Amino acid sequence: MMEQVAVLGVGMHPWGKWGRNFVEYGVAAARDALNDAGIDWNDVGFVAGADTMRNGYPGYVAGATFAQALGWTGIPVTSAYGACASGAMALEAARQRILSGMCDVALVVGADTTPKGFLKPNSGERKDDPDWLRFHVLGASNPTYFAMYARRRMDLYGATQDDFAAVKIKNARHGLNNPNARYRKEVTAADVEKSPLVASPLRLLDICATSDGGAAIVLTSMDYARKHLRGDPSVRVAAISTVTPTFPNTIIEMPEFATDSAAGIPAPDRTFKQAIGDAAYEQAGIGPEDVGVAEVYDLSTALELDWYEDLGFCGPGEAEKLLRDDVTTLGGRLPVNPSGGLACFGEAVPAQAIAQVCEIAWQLQGRAEGRQALDDAGEPPKVGITANQGLFGHGSSVLLTR
Amino acid sequence: MAETTRRRPAVEGWFHMPEAGSGDQPALIGTRCTESGTYFFPPERVMSRAPGHADSALQEVQLSTRGKLWSYTDAQYQPPPPYVPVTEPHEPFCIAAVELEDEKMVVMGQVPAGVTVDQLTLGMEMELVLDTLFVETDEESGRNTEVVTWKWAPVGLKGSN
Repeated sequence: MMEQVAVLGVGMHPWGKWGRNFVEYGVAAARDALNDAGIDWNDVGFVAGADTMRNGYPGYVAGATFAQALGWTGIPVTSAYGACASGAMALEAARQRILSGMCDVALVVGADTTPKGFLKPNSGERKDDPDWLRFHVLGASNPTYFAMYARRRMDLYGATQDDFAAVKIKNARHGLNNPNARYRKEVTAADVEKSPLVASPLRLLDICATSDGGAAIVLTSMDYARKHLRGDPSVRVAAISTVTPTFPNTIIEMPEFATDSAAGIPAPDRTFKQAIGDAAYEQAGIGPEDVGVAEVYDLSTALELDWYEDLGFCGPGEAEKLLRDDVTTLGGRLPVNPSGGLACFGEAVPAQAIAQVCEIAWQLQGRAEGRQALDDAGEPPKVGITANQGLFGHGSSVLLTR
Repeated sequence: MAETTRRRPAVEGWFHMPEAGSGDQPALIGTRCTESGTYFFPPERVMSRAPGHADSALQEVQLSTRGKLWSYTDAQYQPPPPYVPVTEPHEPFCIAAVELEDEKMVVMGQVPAGVTVDQLTLGMEMELVLDTLFVETDEESGRNTEVVTWKWAPVGLKGSN
């Protein structure tokens, strides 16, 4: 079991389409997190930024950009890019810095500004870039991949488009009272059905939007937290998993044209998404049965169901039953995406993995007003997990405990 | 002088494009790690990605031209550039992921125009065909070039469009 670090403060800039510079969202989130922790920026010993690729040089060096905006203090800095897993990578850099004894307090920040419409590749002719080529040769946008997984669920497990809609309805209801959520409106089955097909079987309301937003976390060593708080910190990072797949990766992943081949070397026992969760559980010495709340990547409604299985909440093909039995709805045994998830937030790529951790922290502290998960005893959950995915088959998971 | 249609592959080196009328069959080009027996598509040219076989020779091979449909979807909206629109307005087209038995791998490809998702079922037999991806016009000469790519066609439906 790894040593733990404390989550001393969390903060967000509300998601939306604000049309302002991403630095503004990041700085707002950072100041929010520092206030929450009761820590002055001058006391931070390390800053890690999650990069945004749509914002030129400042976005590529997000760590330094946020540090400059907050006021240079001479501290070490890093920037992390891992597509949707960027935030977890930045968090991991901060954790390692603390665990190695090189600093006591670290600030992790991610923020993004996204253009209208679907995410698309950078401009220019780049015939050796798979992300460019998949649009050019296949016409394969991100929903293409989400739809192929959804179709598999229907064929293999009997999932229906109504099940997918039920995920949207659940998450929309969860996010109703979340002040940081972009969409705060009930969605009905008819709304989903009326929304246009994007990539069969997925409709517009099955797929998450793109958003502006920011999120930040203050991490500290346990010793520092105890002194600072004059007591034990309530929330700790028990694990951060940023594992790569094991060859051969046999599930087709964005932006690839093909899977690895299992002809010479047999496929591993676990898919890469199962491995992400397993690595987190192993690091923390905790099992899926201990988890009381989860924030998972609902890029599409159907993908949320995949995560129930990949994170070990149920066996393969059992996710629809978990959903239909309201286990994953607030009030159930294991609420999933109590924040409203990407369904209510939309994607702000470098901020999203950090925002998931913010939500789990609020949930564990009992501060998720209007969307609080409670265990059988009416207490906030003791263990929460996040999961997201980057590109080429890598992703991350963070386990928090109290 | 009779105008000959110019054709060029959408990506160089990814598939075999026979001359029209040669009777030769199209195929995807992959590479095979000779030590581990694993295949790569798109073809790896630098080194084998099979762990522990970095120094293995890579042999160019043609991949199986038939496989089973692993999953499928369609593009109801016109994808953003660098996708090149082929019809105005956009006509939805299908995209298939096909599992090759010998290579034990899944390869994606567009499905020829005219096939809808209602005609596709998981596990059905699919066959590699060459088809026009889009036509590009040279601004100076006004000549057209057919940009060709591979597509997956349902075996039973081939030629029905």
